[in-house]
Amino acid sequence: MAETAVKEKEPVFQFGKNERKLLTDPLNDNNPITVQVLGICSALAVTSLVYPSLVMAIAVVFVCAFSSLFTSLLRNYIPKSVRMIVQLVIIASLVTVVELTLKYLNYPVYKQLSVYIGLIITNCIVMGRLEAFSMANKPWRSFLDGVGNGLGYGVILVAVGVVREIFGKGSLFAGSPIELKIIGPTANYLINTTDSVMFGWYANNNLMVLPASAMFIIGIMIWIQRSYNTKLVDVS
Amino acid sequence: MESTKYVIIFILILTGAVAISLTGLREATKSQAATNEDIFNKRAILTAVENYLPGGKKVSELSDQEVLALFDEMKQPVVNMEGEPIEGVKAEDINMAKERKKPEPERRLPVYIYEHDGEKFYILSVRGNGLWDEIWGNIALKSDLNTVAGAAFDHKGETPGLGAEIKDNPAFAKQFQGKKIYDDGEYVSIKVRKGGAKDDTYEVDGISGATVTADGVEEMLYRGLKYYQPYLKDLKQQSLLVQ
Repeated sequence: MAETAVKEKEPVFQFGKNERKLLTDPLNDNNPITVQVLGICSALAVTSLVYPSLVMAIAVVFVCAFSSLFTSLLRNYIPKSVRMIVQLVIIASLVTVVELTLKYLNYPVYKQLSVYIGLIITNCIVMGRLEAFSMANKPWRSFLDGVGNGLGYGVILVAVGVVREIFGKGSLFAGSPIELKIIGPTANYLINTTDSVMFGWYANNNLMVLPASAMFIIGIMIWIQRSYNTKLVDVS
Repeated sequence: MESTKYVIIFILILTGAVAISLTGLREATKSQAATNEDIFNKRAILTAVENYLPGGKKVSELSDQEVLALFDEMKQPVVNMEGEPIEGVKAEDINMAKERKKPEPERRLPVYIYEHDGEKFYILSVRGNGLWDEIWGNIALKSDLNTVAGAAFDHKGETPGLGAEIKDNPAFAKQFQGKKIYDDGEYVSIKVRKGGAKDDTYEVDGISGATVTADGVEEMLYRGLKYYQPYLKDLKQQSLLVQ
C-alpha cells in the first residue's frame, strides 16, 4: 500500500530568509534608483526639500506594495492580452487614493508635490515590479517585494533630499511641524551667518535647489555604493 | 488565450469596482478637501498683510479657525472694471484663474478690506504670466491707497531657485513694503529692475537668472493694479468727501 505523503501546507505569511531578502535586496544590491536607474524623473524633481521627499517615498511604498498585492491576487484571472492595462488600472486607482488622501490630510504638501503624485503611475519601478514579480508570485511575497522596492526608492529620495535641503536652504524638514533651521542669515537659525565668526563666509548653494544637483548627488551615491559593493561593478 | 467575452467581462468588473470605490472615497473626503483648499488660498491672501496680523503672529502661526474668522470679519466687495460694486458675490468666491480667461471688460475684481488696529488695508489680487506658466499675487495697500503694506506671490511652474524665488525667497516680496504706486497722483506701478533698484520708491531688485519671471511680475503688477484704478479713484473721492 502506497503511503500518501501528507504534504505540509505552506503558511501564507511566512517570513524566512527568502522573504527577508525580498525586503533588503532592493535597498542595496538591486536598488531601483542606483542600480536599475529607474524612477529618476521624480527623484530629481521632488527632492529639493526633505518633507515632500518623505511624503513621496511613503506614497510610492504604498502604491508599490498594494499594486503588487492586488496584481498577485488577480494574477491567475488577468487575461494575458490586456495584462498591462489591468496593471495600469490598479496602479492608477491606488495613486488616486493617495492623491485624495493627501488632499484630505495635508493640502500644502499636496500642492507642493503637484503633478508628481500623479506621475507615480508612470514610475517604471511600480510597473516593472508588477511585470517581473507579482505576475508570477504569491500575494504575500509580492507584497514584500513591493514594500522593498518602494523603500529602496524612498531611502535614496530622502537621502538626496537631506543633502539638497541642508546645502540649498540651510534647513531640514521645512514645511513640516518639526522644521529645523540650521544655517542662514537670520537669528532664527542655529548658526547665524551674519554674526558668526566661523561661518560668516557661508551662503546657500543655489545649484542644490535645482533638479540638476540631484543628478550629481545620485551619481556620487552610485559611485560610493559601487566602491564598496564590488559585485555591482561591470568588469567587461 | 482567453475568449474575448472573458476579457471584456473581466475589464468591466475591474473598472466598475475601481470606479465605485474611488467615487466613494472622493465623496467621503470632498468637503474636507474643499475646506483645506479654501484655507490654503486664504492663508496666501493673508501673507500680503503678514506684518499686521493680530497678536503680531505670522500666517503659519495662525490656526485654521483664526484664518477663517479673519475672513469672516473682512469686508469683501467685488467690483467690475468700471469700479462699480457687484452685489451678491464675495471676494473669496472669485476665481482669478477663471476671471483671467474672460474678455477684459467682463472681469470681476476681488477686494479684501482688512482692518487692524483701526487701520484699513486693501488687498488686491493680480494675475499674469511668468516664464513657464501663470504667476499671481496679492498686494495690500495702506489706507492712503498709495503705499504698499505687503505683497505675496505664487506661481504654477517657475524654475526652482530662479523664478520660483518670487515665492520661496521672502526677501523678494518684502522689498515691496513701503513702495508707492502713484507718482504725484499719476499711476506708475512698481518696476522690477534687473541689476538692482535705482529708485527707492517705485522700484525693487530683480532676481538674477530670472529676468523673464521678474518682467512678468512687473507686467502683472502694472496691468493688474491698473484694472483697479476706477475703484481706487472712487474710494479716494469718497474719503475726501468724508473729510
